[in-house]
Parts: sequence; C-alpha cells; structure tokens
Amino acid sequence: MAGRLEVTEIELFYGDARALDRVSLAVEAGTTVAVVGANGAGKTSLIRTIAGLMVPARGRIRFDGQDITGWSSDRVCALGIGQVAEGRQLFGGLSVRENLEMGALVPRARAHRRASRARVLDLFPRLTERLDQAAGTLSGGEQQMLAIGRCLMSCPRLILLDEPSQGLAPALVGQLYRVIAGLKADGLTLVLVEQTVAASLKIADAAYVLEQGRVVRSGTGAELLADPAVRTAYLGL
Amino acid sequence: MMAAPDPARRGRLLFGGFALVLAVWPLGIDDAYLVSVAITMLWFAAVGQAWNLMMGFAGQLSLGHTLYVGLGAYTAAALYVHFGIGPWIGVWAAVAVAAAAGAVIGGLGFRFGVRGVYFALLTIAFAEFTRIGFDHLDWLGGSAGFFLPLDHDGALPWADLRGPPLLFYYLLLAYTLGLFLLCRAVIARPLGYRWRAVREDQEAAAASGINVFRTKLAAAVMSAALTAPAGVIQAFYYNNLFPDQAFAMHRSIEMILAPIVGGIGTLFGPILGAVVLTPLGEALTLGLEALAIDLPGLKQTVYGVLLVVIVLRLPSGVWPPLARRLGLGDAATRTPDR
Repeated sequence: MAGRLEVTEIELFYGDARALDRVSLAVEAGTTVAVVGANGAGKTSLIRTIAGLMVPARGRIRFDGQDITGWSSDRVCALGIGQVAEGRQLFGGLSVRENLEMGALVPRARAHRRASRARVLDLFPRLTERLDQAAGTLSGGEQQMLAIGRCLMSCPRLILLDEPSQGLAPALVGQLYRVIAGLKADGLTLVLVEQTVAASLKIADAAYVLEQGRVVRSGTGAELLADPAVRTAYLGL
Repeated sequence: MMAAPDPARRGRLLFGGFALVLAVWPLGIDDAYLVSVAITMLWFAAVGQAWNLMMGFAGQLSLGHTLYVGLGAYTAAALYVHFGIGPWIGVWAAVAVAAAAGAVIGGLGFRFGVRGVYFALLTIAFAEFTRIGFDHLDWLGGSAGFFLPLDHDGALPWADLRGPPLLFYYLLLAYTLGLFLLCRAVIARPLGYRWRAVREDQEAAAASGINVFRTKLAAAVMSAALTAPAGVIQAFYYNNLFPDQAFAMHRSIEMILAPIVGGIGTLFGPILGAVVLTPLGEALTLGLEALAIDLPGLKQTVYGVLLVVIVLRLPSGVWPPLARRLGLGDAATRTPDR
C-alpha cells in the first residue's frame, strides 16, 4: 500500500502574512501522525498545502518518493492522497449515494467502486439507511461518516483528516476515533489535524505541535502527551 | 390486484405517453397556427435543455447562449447558400463552430477564474461582439440580412429542409426528445457527477480529485454544441437571418425562461417550462385580442407578472412538485443510477 509523506521546509504566505514557516514533517507509510495546535497555528494551511489546494512559496512535498510540490489537488488526489476537509465539504444538495460516487471518480478508484461502497457501508451502516437522503440534511455525526466514506471511495493510500471531531457530541467523538483506529489497523497512512489534543495524541505514532506556523515540538504521541508544556498549553493540566 | 409500478417505471411510462401525444396530435389537425406554436414550444424546450446542461447541472451561468444559436444558423445557412452543402452536413459544421466558440469563452473564463455573474457578463460580451461583427460581414448579408432560397425541386424535402412546417415540427420533436435522452445518459455518467460536484462546491470537488477547469469546460463546449442545431433548424424554418435577431440579448433571456420555470437542474423541467410558457404567451395575445384591448406593452407586463407569480409560488420550478404529485417521488429530479 505504501503512503510515505515527506514535507520539507515549506513556507506559505497569505499576502504578506506568513502562514507556514519552514515546516517539515515525515509520515512513515502505515503510521498515524497528529498535528496539533491552537486556532490559527497553521494546521489547516498545512493540510491544504499538502492536498494541493495551496501552493507553497518554498519547500518540497514528496509522496512515496515523488515530488508533488505545486501539483493541483485533482492530481494529488489521483495519486492516492485523500482529504476529509474541515467542515466536511459535502455536496449538501446531493444524496448520500451521489456523494459517495463522487469519491470514486478518480481513475485509480473507478474499478473498485462497488467494493469500496460495500466497505464504506459496512464501516458506517447508518449511511445505508440514508443513501437517498440529501447530504445536507444529515446529522453532524452522519455527515462526518459520509465525509470519511467519500474519501475512502477514492481508495487513498494516505488520508488527511482536518478537525474530524469538530462539532461532534462527545459520544460521537469516541465512535469517530474507533473508526480512525480501524483505518490505522487497515494499514492506511493518516495525518490527523485536531484541536482535541488528548485523543489525537493517544492514537498517533508521531506528533507535531504547530505554533504560529512553525513546528515547535515533535515526538511520539506518548512523549508529547507526557510533555509538561503540551499538557499545560493544550490539555489544561 | 396489480402492484403500482415503481416511480422510475412510472416516469418512463409517462414520458413515453407524453412523447406519443406530441407525435400523434398534429396528424388529425390541419391548423398551421397551432403547428407554428408547437414548433416554437419545442424549439425553446430544446435550447432550454442545452442551456440547462451548463447551468442546471454544471452551475455555470451563461446569458449569451443566443451566440451559439446564431453561429449554428449562419454556419449552416452559409454552407447551403454559398456552397450548396445541405443542412444535414452543415449541422456538423455548425456544431463544430459553436463548440469552438464555447471552448474559447469557457477556456478564457474558467482559466482566469471568472465566476458567477462575471462569467455571465463575459458570455453576453461575446454574443454582442459577434452581433456587431456579423452586422459588418457582407458575405453573410450584414445588417441587411441573409436569405435562404425557397425554391426546391420538391423531390426530397427532408434532404434540404425545404418542406412544410410539419417537417420542422417532427424534426424539433426528435431533436428535443433526443436531447432529453442524451442529457439523461450523460448526467448518469462520471462527467455528469463531476458537473454536479462542481456546481455544489468547486473546492470540495477539487479536493475530491476533480479537475474543475476541464469539467466546466466540458459543460461549456457540450452545451454550445448542442445549442447549434436549434440555430440550423431556425435558419431553415424562417429562411432569413439578421444579426440583431440571431444574436439578440433578449433572445438569450427568452431561452433560459423555460428551464427556470420548469425546474432548473432537472431533465424534464426545460420541456415542461416550454409547454407552460409558449402557450401562455399565445393565450395572452389571443385573450387581449378577443377583449379588443390594444395597449402597447400590456401583454409583456401581464406575462412578466405571471412569470413572477410562478417563480414565487414554485421557486424550484413547476416540475419537482408536479413530479411528486404524479407519484414519481424525487426519482424524476434525481440522477439516474449508474
């Protein structure tokens, strides 16, 4: 399956404002890496840059050894990098079935469309009952399931998860993390961007802390969970 | 007791019945006026369907679609008058010219990120430039008009489209029904899915692996190409072309009323919209004549008020609620399953 991601010294600007300042990270194939930080730290900018939605001013992004810096998002997705965006970005006026089909439009996923849909519906049985319902009318939890399901339909090797627990009830967050753990167990490479720091660090093999667009700490999930500075700043302990 | 047919089957039966009625009714009626009204109705249904492909399914607003009608009309007419090439061959050239124009406009607009009303302005601008250009193109008659010869040996009226109005009626009926089936097939394919993804959310579409530029361009080119045959039929039906009519701004607006009233982004909406609007306009004319009311602009005012009432009462168009009432559920407004 592979799915190794390497980000080297990327810089991103919004006008004159620097959003990412020489950010580097390495995600080994089959591992889960958490990126944590406060609002405005640059987490979403990092995800969007990797996904090809933003073009970095400097630095390189490599996926399985291939330089994908500056690639358009459709090419990045076609290569096997899926994205579950912040706010879910579902096609609200379309049905659940159509949303899932959208995920399988990339060439590498077309042949596996039926098998992928069966896998997604097995993972999220609730969606089976909602197939003909408009995505915009689903509950928050169901929308998040659909967003992940649509991403899985593209048969990704790596998934970028941007704030997946945002807006979910605590009970649903637990359910969501069980799904994420299942994806990890399946061998998928995951990059998890979260403000729910404790949960994401627990599941992560490695983690990075972003502050004002810079990586200020990194280590294994367990190391950062034990780090007094992280516990004070992000866990309120 | 027989079980009620499922909504999809019921929809096919209703559509078949509707097509059969349209095919059969002129046979027992010898009324040139009714046939001419039906021709107008089908013409608007066809161009509305072609426009709906771009706006209704791909979400790209064009207010200059008359450009493709005019280009199609002039291309086929010029080939016929100057080179003796019949409309059945000319229509392919017309389609190619319109598709090229759609590619240029779409390519420019989408490459430079021109969206929404600004893209609509771009389409108007191209239609206007073209109108002005054709006004000065003496080879095609300029502003004095371009006329197709009426004489024909009468042997094969179909071959040169030199037949009676009924010939054009059946041609437009076949074109309208064919367009419906073509659009139905296309939107159920990956391209149709891409269009709707782009219509819903361009960024989410891009993040899902869709090349937004190519997807929008495909819609612009296909919509333009499918509009051109309506121009060819128009040219050979009326036998005259004037730039200020062929490329008129108000014509572009008229063309989009049927899909808007019928149900934008639905397959049957453009046809139903034309079925509602064309007879409505004619009924107003006849009604005011019967009442001996001859106030300039009154018909347009009443027509406009009625349009506003329809749009306010049925904001999603006439077809979606009617489809539900006919027991078609949402199946009639949803994408056919792949």
